[in-house]
Amino acid sequence: MNPGIDLQGTFIETLMDLGLPAGVAKAIWMPLPMGLMLIGATMGVLVTTWLERKISAAAQQRIGPDFMGPFGLLAPVADGLKLVFKEDVVPAKSDRILFTLGPIIVVIPIFLSYLIVPFGQNLVITDVGTGIFLWISLSSIAPIGLLMAGYASNNKYALLGGLRAAAQSISYEIPLALSVLAVVMMSNSLSTIDIVEQQSGYGILGWNIWRQPAGFVIFWIAALAECERMPFDLPEAEEELVAGYQTEYSGMKFGLFYLSSYVNLVLSALLFAVLYLGGWDFPIPLNLLANLVGVSDDSSWLQVVDASLGIIMTVFKAYFLVFLAILLRWTVPRVRIDQLLDLGWKFLLPVGLANLLLTAALKLTFPVAFGG
Amino acid sequence: MNLAEGVQIVSFGILAVMMIGTALGVVLLPNIVYSAFLLGGVFISIAGMYLLLNADFVAAAQVLIYIGAVNVLILFAIMLVNKREDFAPLRNAWVRPVFTGLVSVGLFALLGTMVLVTPWALSTQVSAGDSAIFLIGQHFFTDFLLPFELASILLLMAMVGAIILARREFLPDQVMSPTKQQPILTLPERPRELVSVSSDKSSNLDDGRRG
Repeated sequence: MNPGIDLQGTFIETLMDLGLPAGVAKAIWMPLPMGLMLIGATMGVLVTTWLERKISAAAQQRIGPDFMGPFGLLAPVADGLKLVFKEDVVPAKSDRILFTLGPIIVVIPIFLSYLIVPFGQNLVITDVGTGIFLWISLSSIAPIGLLMAGYASNNKYALLGGLRAAAQSISYEIPLALSVLAVVMMSNSLSTIDIVEQQSGYGILGWNIWRQPAGFVIFWIAALAECERMPFDLPEAEEELVAGYQTEYSGMKFGLFYLSSYVNLVLSALLFAVLYLGGWDFPIPLNLLANLVGVSDDSSWLQVVDASLGIIMTVFKAYFLVFLAILLRWTVPRVRIDQLLDLGWKFLLPVGLANLLLTAALKLTFPVAFGG
Repeated sequence: MNLAEGVQIVSFGILAVMMIGTALGVVLLPNIVYSAFLLGGVFISIAGMYLLLNADFVAAAQVLIYIGAVNVLILFAIMLVNKREDFAPLRNAWVRPVFTGLVSVGLFALLGTMVLVTPWALSTQVSAGDSAIFLIGQHFFTDFLLPFELASILLLMAMVGAIILARREFLPDQVMSPTKQQPILTLPERPRELVSVSSDKSSNLDDGRRG
């Protein structure tokens, strides 16, 4: 397995050739991927909101946004501009500090989690050892922000919405962590890079989705519940709670909640792709194709193709899952709060535990297929 | 001093100030909700300290357990309690904070001298870094097996207790009749109604509660 393109190494070497010390060269490199990822995540949100409008429209046999740019592509931009220029109202009897802090605490951990999303062998911000565990622990900070927003709004709907959001978030974190743990057990590592590596080599046949048929369903249900997507969007159930914890928010503070929910959806889709759909792998192993055509493994243009195909594949898989989530939104009715908690605690948790035990047993019995 | 060291010192300073500031806020602020949120700040800064010590798994676990579980639970408890009560002003109320302050200062002095006086044997080993997870796992299942299992049993007991507490239907405003003695080792609870015959659905519900 060749390491592929190492942008960081080449960039730092180039700067060092220009006469800069190694530390400075590294310091110049560091903000680049972070800024790129921030921009990428925000662009991902714009695309997702556009998709949401278009697919929702298609599901209801409408056309959807049409006049704002070609195919209504500028609709999300108009959305964002509207939110930026809207008056930022803080209710009179609310708690001003907590009201402002709430959306910030919700957004930051979600953007931080992009640290571990890999788009290729070296196309990741940091390959930290705790990898996927970092995502799980970061996503557990969000309920604090939601409770803060709900409490500070001084509104009963907001408080109820905040409490519901926190309850939902902590209940579905456990099945989520259990399904991730089964994958981690097969990969012998928490690092997202290693998880993808372990699936590569056999193309589509090697992906974890075949080895974790229960795990990926649990993961996707729990991830949708964590993102408060439609079958589980109880915290902002319009008919009961106006808009839940977002009721009193307007302007950019509301925009942050909006942004965070979509960034979280894209992040969950990306991590689903990494955990179960082979990350950046092409369905047919690329080495096989190259050998068939007779191209040497380490020719430079093959590496460029490999890297760009990796990014395309990751994004494509993630957006396929986003598409599924949007379709689910228009096909499944919202569950009740007791049904939601029953599903989480009485169904997903035992199934997740059984899945974990089964994976452990299979790993001991068939170490070849289950990454012994 | 190179870049990495500088960053370390600066972030240590920020974390230390943050930790002490938020911890003082937890203790001194009169609004209990602020205290609970600031407690999250304390936990975050402790996680940052762990990161500085190269223990990233412990840091992530700290965030997951102390912020994701403990702090959220505390906030839940505060927000679900809906009791408004006017307390009668105490005479000589200033005595308590003064005593608390004295005890705290004494404890601080004691611990401070202990830290300064003890000849610490600093380990010169390189920190485990990414392989820390494997080391932690090995220790859990070899020389720390007993504490590990005891902790799990403790958690199991807490879970069983929570379920028992949640399942009883206790009426706090109903006065327990002194003639009817409660059997030992059961919690006081509402006498269960017989299966209602009005509709199938409700009887199923009752069965579900009982079963």
